[in-house]
Amino acid sequence: MDFWKGCRQYVWTAGAVLGALFLGIGAVQGQFDVIWKKAIMICLECIGIG
Amino acid sequence: MKRLRLTVQLLFTIVTNGYLYGFLNGKIYRGSLKYACVPGLNCYSCPGAVASCPIGALQALLNQRGFQVPFAALGFFFLFGSLLGRFVCGWLCPFGLVQDLLHKIPVFQKKKRLPCHHVLKYGKYVVLVLLVCVGSMFLWGGFAKVPAFCKYLCPSGTLLGALPLLSANAALRSQAGGLFLWKLGILLAIVLLSVKVYRPFCQYLCPLGAVYGWFNRFSLVQIHWEQERCVSCMACEKACPVALSLREISRSPECIRCGKCVDACPEKCLHFSSKGRN
Repeated sequence: MDFWKGCRQYVWTAGAVLGALFLGIGAVQGQFDVIWKKAIMICLECIGIG
Repeated sequence: MKRLRLTVQLLFTIVTNGYLYGFLNGKIYRGSLKYACVPGLNCYSCPGAVASCPIGALQALLNQRGFQVPFAALGFFFLFGSLLGRFVCGWLCPFGLVQDLLHKIPVFQKKKRLPCHHVLKYGKYVVLVLLVCVGSMFLWGGFAKVPAFCKYLCPSGTLLGALPLLSANAALRSQAGGLFLWKLGILLAIVLLSVKVYRPFCQYLCPLGAVYGWFNRFSLVQIHWEQERCVSCMACEKACPVALSLREISRSPECIRCGKCVDACPEKCLHFSSKGRN
């Protein structure tokens, strides 16, 4: 019996809901500001200078 | 399906890297869309990038002083992974598209895998743990932590970020040194290897592929196999670019949902669906 066969739809739904929840927690903790501040400056490490 | 996938790949790459002003002036987009991440590996220092890279975002959060669970990055991983799995790799990743196009160049005898694939395929998990996570938390450069994967390995950053930026920005070009040459060497090696082997970076090194691979078994987008109609001709196995067996298609963390098996099946018993495998 394939474990995933019966419960796959519940698992992906739970994963997506968990993802949305994590995004919410990240927003409350100000993590999107950290991402944005990093993303709007040229990342010298990314381009092999820093 | 083949043409549809190429169209989607091209359109998605153009839309998510459509900031033309950046390409022309050697600058990057600084607007609010960069609060969000695209699903694929797309350097946010690409002059055209209108959103952030999920691996770059994860490292930016891990680079902070102290430790904080990187919920925002995990949120994107869970959301994209649960819905799409490695469909992202096959259809929505700009660097995957680059490797696909390189593999179409009609030189060399094509290979689906490298020798010792069964060992090398774990390389992406090593990169994810050691470079992306541990490296970004503990590796210091001066007074700040460094995004180790971006700095020492990411060929997408070199191709989509460094080359266009350096070609349009003389000030940046004057600063390029040994590290840039190292990254350029890695990019060239992957480019050359991609002509012979199908998507070597995705199969062996990409940390994002490692993450989405975990979701493959249960993600919403699946390739459904109608076993009762299957005549076991194995056309799907022959068509699979990453050499998966019929039993592994869709379930394996290596399946990028490219759909070549769907196209190849003469009985049409494989198709994209949210139902999953029998």
